[in-house]
Amino acid sequence: MDDARGASATSSGATIEFDHVSKHYDTATLKSGGPGAVDDLSLTVPAGRICVLVGPSGCGKTTTLKMVNRLIEPSSGRILIDGVDITDSDVTELRRGIGYVIQQVGLFPHQTIAQNVATVPRLLGWTSDQQRDRSDELLSIVGLEPGKYHDRYPSQLSGGERQRVGVARALAADPHVMLMDEPFGAVDPIVRERLQNQFLRLQEDLAKTILFVTHDIDEAIKMGDLVVVMQQGGKIAQAGAPAELLAEPASEYVARFVGADRGLKRLSLYRVGDVELQQAPLAHVGESTRDLRHRSRAADLDFVLLLDGSERPIGWVELADLPPGGRISEDHADPMSPLLDRRTTLKDATSRLLDEEVRNGVVVDRDGRVQGLLTLRAVMDWMRDDRSREVPADVAGAIAETATALPAAVARVEEASRVDA
Amino acid sequence: MIEIRWDWILNHLDDVVDKTWQHLILLLIPMVVGFAIAFALAILAMRRPGTVGPVTAVTGLLYTIPSLAAFAVLIPITGLTLMTAIIPLTTYTLLILYVNTVAGLRSVPPEVNEAADAMGYTHTSRLLRVQLPLAVPLIMAGVRVAAVTTIGLVTVSAIIGGQLFGGLGQFITEGLQTDFDTKIYLGAMGSVVLAFLVDGALVTLQRWLTPWARARSEVP
Repeated sequence: MDDARGASATSSGATIEFDHVSKHYDTATLKSGGPGAVDDLSLTVPAGRICVLVGPSGCGKTTTLKMVNRLIEPSSGRILIDGVDITDSDVTELRRGIGYVIQQVGLFPHQTIAQNVATVPRLLGWTSDQQRDRSDELLSIVGLEPGKYHDRYPSQLSGGERQRVGVARALAADPHVMLMDEPFGAVDPIVRERLQNQFLRLQEDLAKTILFVTHDIDEAIKMGDLVVVMQQGGKIAQAGAPAELLAEPASEYVARFVGADRGLKRLSLYRVGDVELQQAPLAHVGESTRDLRHRSRAADLDFVLLLDGSERPIGWVELADLPPGGRISEDHADPMSPLLDRRTTLKDATSRLLDEEVRNGVVVDRDGRVQGLLTLRAVMDWMRDDRSREVPADVAGAIAETATALPAAVARVEEASRVDA
Repeated sequence: MIEIRWDWILNHLDDVVDKTWQHLILLLIPMVVGFAIAFALAILAMRRPGTVGPVTAVTGLLYTIPSLAAFAVLIPITGLTLMTAIIPLTTYTLLILYVNTVAGLRSVPPEVNEAADAMGYTHTSRLLRVQLPLAVPLIMAGVRVAAVTTIGLVTVSAIIGGQLFGGLGQFITEGLQTDFDTKIYLGAMGSVVLAFLVDGALVTLQRWLTPWARARSEVP
């Protein structure tokens, strides 16, 4: 459990359990636009997973988050981290063991980036050499060149860079648990997308237990292994894997919150590599046209995919256009249909097929070698069958535990494909 | 036309140095004592916000007492000693130093305080390591105003202080008594130059204390 950077990293996080947790405010506080109340919330966040709390403002998602590091104390109920009640330990000790990232970042303006990152190590009494090494390491991890950023001040950084420093600071003492409150909310959409992707890649190695708050359902679906939709009054409307929320919203409220385009959103959960690809009819440069024609006539084909010597696709060849004799050359190929990577999401892949008005895209591996064809029909078939698939056991367990406290019991669980990918 | 007798000034440089030195002492002691009191009260304000109102009222009241009256009133109590100057000079610094220190400590953005709490700062370490450094620009603004004001008040105190206190102000009172313009202008200009120099020194100190504020203008 101590090694947080294992490659396979099944669990360097700790479970977080909410046991009938409530937080009530008097009406004056509520009217002043303060934090939302939470009502009898029970939830288990499995170790090493990202649990996203999503809902409109005032639904109590931030209150829920802040109760974990006791910035807000619950009115009733218990919160356990790895089975230990958080009120058992000293509050500053508890907080030093929990990473915290917020939308406004909250970097210390008077400290250099290196000092900011090393905040918790410094509080824990690490030597200055250890602090320096650690902040360098973390700056590299979040993609900021240490030599360049070390001695700068927060005011000299862009919004996106500050957010990365915020994440680095939260990771500094290698906490098991991270709390992230709209961590990518203050940057423009392009930067946000990049930060999200970078963070997901990081999490594959780190496997922290992360409680993540957002009001953006797309972000919730993208980031979450487990998504908890909350509603006014601090109640859970539905908790489940992203695919499950999209496929079977438990109530009208969840369906509305998830949005009318939830079918399209589901596509973004899966990658081209998840779908069974079709074999493409292939031909190689230099092959004799006569042989090819024989072969294709038998298979009743009009087009073949032309490959170069390294199995990389060049383009489509229409058989009717081929000269009667000779050998096939690159000149016979039409421009390529879209090249798709196995890691492209189905949403992006189908979008490209529709953009270019073609029925299929050529899927290639990392070296550009052809893997097969992705067709729109295969995407539809796969989406239809996808419900039979299974979520990872720990996420399913957490959902089942959480579900006991839910009005709509969750009978079936679906795959959170990103976890597998 | 005013005629300044530079030869007289050159012949009395010892006197100029002595009085300037006294002026500085009468600036330094009230500033240090005043800052210590104001700072302690400001720390109290962070723990107990309810104290801000009363403390501001009392320091404000002290500030409104006319300076000459204060010097005069103290003579029967403290006699004609340095304390007669130091006590009022100190109380005059309190209001501005207190108000600015409280404002500075409170100027820390809420998300910075929240981050400090969430990282596991204790209340005291947050105050000293986060809020205090970030309050420096506002605190120093108060210190500069208080210092320049005090330099002016020291000059005024010469009316009461005679040979004992008043710093460069003594040149002015003596000049007025003997109808000697050179002394009047020496005292007046000396006070102004001293104020400029002290203010400049404080600006330098502030820049040194707040390297991050300077960094803002340097676009990397």
